[in-house]
Amino acid sequence: MAFDKRKIFNTAFFWGCRISTWGAILILGILIYHIVKQGYPWISENFITNFPSRFPHKAGLKSALAGSLWVISFTALIVVPLGVSTSIFLEEYAPRKRYMRWIQINISNLAGMPSIIYGLLGLAIFVRFFNLDRSIWAGALTLSLLVLPVIVIASQGAIRSVPQSIRDAGYALGARKWQVVFQQVIPAAMPGIMTGVILSTSRAIGETAPLIIIGALSYVAYLPEGPMDSFTVLPVQIYNWASRPQESFHGLAAAGIMVLLTILFIMNFIAVYIRQKFTKFKY
Amino acid sequence: MSENIIEAKDLRIFYGMNEAVKGVSFKIKKGEVTAVIGPSGCGKSTVLRSFNRMNDFISNIKITGGLSFEGDEIYGPKMDPAVIRRDIGMVFQRPNPFPKSIYKNIVWGPKINGYKHNWDELVEKALRRAALWDEVKDRLHDSALDLSGGQQQRLCIARTIAMSPKVILMDEPCSALDPKATARIEDLIGELKKRYTIVTVTHNMQQAARISDETAFFYEGELIEFGNTNELFTNPKEKRTEDYITGRFG
Repeated sequence: MAFDKRKIFNTAFFWGCRISTWGAILILGILIYHIVKQGYPWISENFITNFPSRFPHKAGLKSALAGSLWVISFTALIVVPLGVSTSIFLEEYAPRKRYMRWIQINISNLAGMPSIIYGLLGLAIFVRFFNLDRSIWAGALTLSLLVLPVIVIASQGAIRSVPQSIRDAGYALGARKWQVVFQQVIPAAMPGIMTGVILSTSRAIGETAPLIIIGALSYVAYLPEGPMDSFTVLPVQIYNWASRPQESFHGLAAAGIMVLLTILFIMNFIAVYIRQKFTKFKY
Repeated sequence: MSENIIEAKDLRIFYGMNEAVKGVSFKIKKGEVTAVIGPSGCGKSTVLRSFNRMNDFISNIKITGGLSFEGDEIYGPKMDPAVIRRDIGMVFQRPNPFPKSIYKNIVWGPKINGYKHNWDELVEKALRRAALWDEVKDRLHDSALDLSGGQQQRLCIARTIAMSPKVILMDEPCSALDPKATARIEDLIGELKKRYTIVTVTHNMQQAARISDETAFFYEGELIEFGNTNELFTNPKEKRTEDYITGRFG
């Protein structure tokens, strides 16, 4: 009898897992279907090359696209060296003391903080205190704070998964610590680190709330020319269109989401490609 | 009489409060193969790893007594652990090639130590000495991880040889290999002893008897007996050695 019960449980568990997986995929499919259905008619060359306008058929997301690219480039520039070197320090150099564990726990907590809190922090520190105003710098720094813990945790995981035996082999050949770390451990951890970098920049590119707080504009009819210019980004533009009452602007919002999703898709594709390329010599 | 290359005098190694090696003294002869045998936890690997200071990475370890390499104190204040590891190479229990090409595995050590070589020649020489050349000469730039376990271990030996060490330490080099690969490594050790002093830890007594000139028997952190392999196996002086090699415990 006990055997039968286990068999039923086994089958039920299998179906539970299966339904969960396909359910999630189905919901994603429905979402994408609705967005494409609504947004596709609005996709055109003008949509990419025009500035926003109060006339829906003339409106485009040129400035938002440019703003997103500016902000995300600067965010990556700030956060990649900072995050990767932090994770190297934490994994390879930091003493195994209690206060380090405390720091570690706090990094994990920071990764789960609501993004709007980073927006408030960015407003207080970068916009006001450092007087960066509503600039690309202020936006990029705020987003950097937001994704820093994510990059640190992902890179730490990648570095930790490099077997100790590789380090031993390096030291046994008379290597110094930095040689082992930079020439053996980091290259071996590279696929994981790159995945973390791409995933966290993908998160940054989709963030809206913190940028609204620090004052990203919703109507920008020019292209930013430098990091001190004010800006808007794709999700803010989409949010702005979606909150208008006219039906046509909802179509524009859907089209904007399609552009954003395409960018995310390309970034993830690059991540997969880099992973493949770097894992030529996998364990 | 051959000269001694490594000498221990009342060597004691502590892990925290636990004394893992309890005051051992011995001399390892240059150009010979010395096997270190004993049951698990007897301190044999700990002793081996103290020769090239691989114990330095363990946080609460303490080492007292004398341990010298060619007359220099290994734990002396002027000794640089990275420098001694150039002269005393090590092959580990599990094959641990770098996740890079076969070629890069061999040249990395000499390169980071600032040695100058004709790299192609060095790679060929090291692989020939490790009896791996014929199997890999057409795929030097393929991943070292595509090799079989036995080949990987010979690559690790080649990588160590490329540093032109004086001593090669082997920490149970065959324990992760099948009998055929083990036999190849054993043959190789016989070849290598012409050029290098070899100290190998093994839990396999037949292997120690086959490959070594001298054998050290450790038990519970003490060196019970150390001497000529033939004598130790045919006519042990100590009762505990006899019990261990005849399989009464361990």
